[in-house]
Amino acid sequence: MARKITYQQAINEALDQEMSRDQNVIVMGEDVAGGEGSPGEQDAWGGVLGVTRGLYHKHPGRVIDTPISESGYVGAAVGAACCGMRPVAELMFVDFLGVCFDQIFNQAAKFRYMFGGKAETPVVIRAMYGAGFRAAAQHSQCLYNIFTHIPGLKVVVPSNPYDAKGLLIQSIRDNDPVIFLEHKALYTMEGEVPEELYTVPFGEAAVVREGNDVTIVAIGRMVQKAQEAAAELQKAGVQCEIIDPRTTSPLDTDTILESVEKTGRLIVVDESHPRCSMASDIAGLVAENAFASLKAPIRQITGPHSPVPFSDSLEELYIPSAAKIVAAAKSLKEYR
Amino acid sequence: MTKKLEREDLLKAYRTMRTIREFEERLHTDFATGEIPGFVHLYAGEEASATGVCMNLTAEDHIASTHRGHGHCIAKGVDPVGMMAEIWGRTTGTCKGKGGSMHIADLSVGMLGANGIVGGGGPLVCGTALAAKLRGQPFVSVCFFGDGASNQGTIFEAMNLASVWNLPVIFLAENNGYAEATSSKFSVACENIADRASAFGMPGVTVDGFDFFAVYEAAGEAIERARNGGGPSLVEVKLSRYYGHFEGDQQTYRAPGEVQALRDNKDCLMQFARRVTQSGALTQADLDTIDAEVKALIDGSVVKAKSDPKPSEADLLTDVYVSY
Repeated sequence: MARKITYQQAINEALDQEMSRDQNVIVMGEDVAGGEGSPGEQDAWGGVLGVTRGLYHKHPGRVIDTPISESGYVGAAVGAACCGMRPVAELMFVDFLGVCFDQIFNQAAKFRYMFGGKAETPVVIRAMYGAGFRAAAQHSQCLYNIFTHIPGLKVVVPSNPYDAKGLLIQSIRDNDPVIFLEHKALYTMEGEVPEELYTVPFGEAAVVREGNDVTIVAIGRMVQKAQEAAAELQKAGVQCEIIDPRTTSPLDTDTILESVEKTGRLIVVDESHPRCSMASDIAGLVAENAFASLKAPIRQITGPHSPVPFSDSLEELYIPSAAKIVAAAKSLKEYR
Repeated sequence: MTKKLEREDLLKAYRTMRTIREFEERLHTDFATGEIPGFVHLYAGEEASATGVCMNLTAEDHIASTHRGHGHCIAKGVDPVGMMAEIWGRTTGTCKGKGGSMHIADLSVGMLGANGIVGGGGPLVCGTALAAKLRGQPFVSVCFFGDGASNQGTIFEAMNLASVWNLPVIFLAENNGYAEATSSKFSVACENIADRASAFGMPGVTVDGFDFFAVYEAAGEAIERARNGGGPSLVEVKLSRYYGHFEGDQQTYRAPGEVQALRDNKDCLMQFARRVTQSGALTQADLDTIDAEVKALIDGSVVKAKSDPKPSEADLLTDVYVSY
């Protein structure tokens, strides 16, 4: 039965139910319990923002606090996965990728191919990403494009509570290494989520809204911005089709191409920087495979090529806005 | 107490060391012809380390290795015939020709892989050890690493993590004196790598890596402690490689005659043979038989590797993912 819970609760519930279902599922990371070895209560934090709260007591011995050693424990999760465990390692902020990337892209991502198909590494690495928290340059990046570049990794970017639960369960059950990215501005978002276990498959985009005039491919939190823009555009007589890829690797190219073949216009909304981004990747894909369908140039709406700024006046300028999407869609509709 | 070595154990130890030596000497010869692709980093001279450690392990125990990994693979039970085919880039290789010398792995015998990234194995063995601990299994994990990797943050993180979680891990530092061309006397800030153990709350010991029996005893003690829940240890093995960092390295950073003096006076196979024949545990005939069998095995592996097929275009995109 479905009820309304938040994105954060949906993630907690997926972890809880999968840990109950399969003893091989373990959770590890900095303060995933919180309070280990401290004089106060155990499970004091349940993750820095409380996402794993309550799991420590329900699953004794399987919610494991770590020292601040990202290479150490992310690598340990990879090693445990090689033994058939299903570790979910929390990297806290995806920006901390910089201190453990080797264990992800040179170890986990490579084993299956490099070892001739004789290894499976069913590890999940959870991390929060994205701007909007006044957390500035080292705690606000997106970086899904960096993981997406690496063969061997799967990359998941849920935009709502329903997908967050179903995609996380799929991530845990998947036999490849999965990067599961949670936009921190979505943690409080509410939505209908079934109580029971279910999976959302990888590589299947959601058509969030149907329309004939402009295709908007939006990633993660940008789906919300696209929906705001589409509501505004409807009033102006522009019908938008919104596509949420849900996973950037594998990427559901068919759904994107079919939509552009119908609308003839494409906007990609991607919160990360513009160079070598999901926006440029999807734009290239459409230019190469649906060129004849295009009635107007492809538009990419991204953050600028700058670090994420601190001051709210600047950060709001940094994040792609609904207004920018509206303006882009109108200009495409009026093109020629 | 480390298990007493019976006749069968001694024969196995000698066969393992001789197989590694023969494998590496043959690669040294064949690499010079230009037929072997890529880089190879030879383990010749260090055989007592891999063998002395792995004689204490079972197939359920895990090891992580280094770019100089052939010896560890053979000692842990990876098939040398498949390894040779792998190094020649053949589809019959241990990794179907997709890994090569630096990435030979065989999880079915607990070999987590040679590793092209210096210090990459430390965190991985914390994971294999954690899995064993959570499942209540008496299996240990060994991370082989060099003096170069001893300065990597991953090794420090892994040593701290293994202590904090009280994991059954043995950090096995093979100090062969050179990280590529840089002397460990320059790059390691303390007298012995084992001195660093106390910083991570674990026992540390330094042993002579030319002496199989010394390695066997020291590693055995650490492994037994780990198996019984006593936590991690650091064992430093001081030894030397007979060849360069990689094949083709002219070794201009080494003193003239350095390697020859070690071969003449300290060689691990020579010392082993002298000790077991003088004590009467084995005869020279026992050793000669093994030498001949090993030579035939390695000769055969090269003949097979040369004639085996290379992977085809159909193999390029297989095994990137389990499912995609």
